[in-house]
Amino acid sequence: MIFIRLWMFFAGVLAVLFLGWVGLVGAPGVQLAALPAQTGLRPYTYQQEHGRQIYIREGCVYCHTQQTRPPGFGGDQGRRWGRPSVPGDYVFDQPHLLGTSRTGPDLLNIGARQPSAEWHYAHLFNPRAVVPQSIMPRFPWLFELKAAADPGEPVVDAPAEFRPGGGVITPTREGVDLVEYLRGMDRTYPVKP
Amino acid sequence: MTSITKELETVEFRERLDAESAIPVLVFLASGVLWLLVGSALGIIASIKLHAPDWLATIPQLTFGRVRPAHLDVVAYGWASLAGVGCLIWLTSRLCKTPIRQRGALIASAALWNLGVLYGTGAVLFGYSQGVEWLEYPLPAAAIIAVAFLLFAWSILSTFHARQAEHLYVSLWYVIASVVWFPILFVVANLPIYSGVEHAAVNWWYGHNALAIWFTPIGLALAYYMIPKVIGRPIYSYYLSLLGFWSFALFYNWNGIHHLVGGPVPTWLQTISIIASVLMVIPVMAVAVNHHMTTIGHFKLLRTSPTLRFTVFGAMCYTAVSFQGSAEALRNTQEVVHFTHYTVGHAHLGVYAFLSMILFGSMYYIIPRVTAWDWPRPGAIRLHFWLAALGISLYFLALTIGGWLQGMAMNNPAEPFVNVVAGTRGWLILRSIGGSMMGLGHLVFAFLFFEMLWRAGPRRGASPWEDAK
Ligand code: HEC
Repeated sequence: MIFIRLWMFFAGVLAVLFLGWVGLVGAPGVQLAALPAQTGLRPYTYQQEHGRQIYIREGCVYCHTQQTRPPGFGGDQGRRWGRPSVPGDYVFDQPHLLGTSRTGPDLLNIGARQPSAEWHYAHLFNPRAVVPQSIMPRFPWLFELKAAADPGEPVVDAPAEFRPGGGVITPTREGVDLVEYLRGMDRTYPVKP
Repeated sequence: MTSITKELETVEFRERLDAESAIPVLVFLASGVLWLLVGSALGIIASIKLHAPDWLATIPQLTFGRVRPAHLDVVAYGWASLAGVGCLIWLTSRLCKTPIRQRGALIASAALWNLGVLYGTGAVLFGYSQGVEWLEYPLPAAAIIAVAFLLFAWSILSTFHARQAEHLYVSLWYVIASVVWFPILFVVANLPIYSGVEHAAVNWWYGHNALAIWFTPIGLALAYYMIPKVIGRPIYSYYLSLLGFWSFALFYNWNGIHHLVGGPVPTWLQTISIIASVLMVIPVMAVAVNHHMTTIGHFKLLRTSPTLRFTVFGAMCYTAVSFQGSAEALRNTQEVVHFTHYTVGHAHLGVYAFLSMILFGSMYYIIPRVTAWDWPRPGAIRLHFWLAALGISLYFLALTIGGWLQGMAMNNPAEPFVNVVAGTRGWLILRSIGGSMMGLGHLVFAFLFFEMLWRAGPRRGASPWEDAK
């Protein structure tokens, strides 16, 4: 037999799982809970939180990370994606969106890097109109085709082929909020230890 | 030997056991095969979209960011889990030498499990994902799957409790441990109480452990059974099995945070997971030596037994993917490959080349025994094998090379990012070709499987090319 007694087998099986949990979840949980939020970090506005939900819904996380690596580890610093991120940068993130893939660039500080809403609208509507070799999906369902824009409403700089019969393309509520979220992505404040 | 233990060793007794588990086994396997087809279609769509981004671009449900997680969830919770459960039910009855218990609960489990996967995957495609890798399913769908799993665990543990076997074979350790482990893991990880970096830690504690304590035990339990069985000689070393099991249980649990190397998690935590990943060499060597020493001298059988051919391929890929994983967890390697397609290649070496190939092999063995019917068309089985084996090889090589180059380019800040993107294109096309070959193989397999259910083949015993009894 595996062990002298069967209950020992079950006890061992439960113990290894529990130990792993203590090490990888429990202990860091205690350590992380003691770290304060970074003082430069502001909670998401209602609009940004809604935009974040769209980011989750469209699965941007499967191509974009939100974590910047330290000097000497990868090209993040050389690409000016931002100082290394710290746990206090994420306290308002539920769920977390750290990501595991960089098919596209890191977006932790995209708001600081690309503050232009017009750029984001044009890019989300059709990435290849902005970056011809891009493989990012387009998101036409975050936009609508209208005869004319309402006063103050942003208009997307879209090629005529996307506007058969004329008219203008404007972002929907979802599109506007997603871009507000992206423009708010800015962890360039200095880190408090 | 008493007359009772003698009776337990007869072919008639085994046939009775197989007949009793037939219905639940076939229900789970058939569900698994259907999800395999769905999962393959989703995978191929996602793959093509990475080099043809304007294909099907206006359908929100088919955008890359929804199809890609739907693919993972369908193959993990649909195909691998359901087919795995089907095989484990049969295996547990055989190893406990007693009919499977709680068959009604198993049928309910299959129904709920399918419902959970359908609901969860629909939710992801229609925009209700939780947004956490491996844990995309909304809570109600996850809860349905948890209940389904508990019903299955109940059946396995009742059967184990009623066992007539005196010896507990190594496969059974893996089965029993995993049915205890997985429900706890799944429920704890799904609790909606985490945020920020701790959530990331929970995410990868779960993500890696889903492989460690659910999918890998399925594959190993089946490999440990099928290889000696088909060859007709006992496993090489009992003590190696023992060492393999406990070192596996101890180290694998600590691997998860190697998914966050270089990220904003405490350094000591990353270091622990890297060390544990390297220590995985011990259980992997134990299993590899054990299987190799059992097979040695019998490699000829690979040509005639589809079970052995698929299973040995899978067992060899287990060794390969584990060694690769140990090396991949090191900081220097992570620096290059972490965020690239290389990781995707590694994942498929694990879940496909190792686990799925062993599931195919086991199903080629189990289905004739529970249906008392033989496979038709040996040529089609060979075709399935070669499409799957060559497909995954091309898939893996393309992403491994392409991903490595992608990582090198990404780490060079002088290389504009868009060039990094453009550089992956050719490799991604090759990946789509490999993936499509695997998908074609699945069509062949599904066709054969449903032919078996309609009894298109020869009656069992009438076919000349069959496995050892
Ligand atoms: C299939 C992978 C993929 C998905 C899914 C994806 N992107 Fe991208 N993204 C890219 C690639 C590749 C680039 C780089 C080329 C470009 O700028 O288009 C990029 C670039 C970007 C940029 C510009 C970054 C910079 O530094 O210039 C932003 C902003 C962006 N993506 C936002 C999003 C958002 C928001 C979503 C979800 C709604 C999303 N992406 C989904 C692949 C993807």
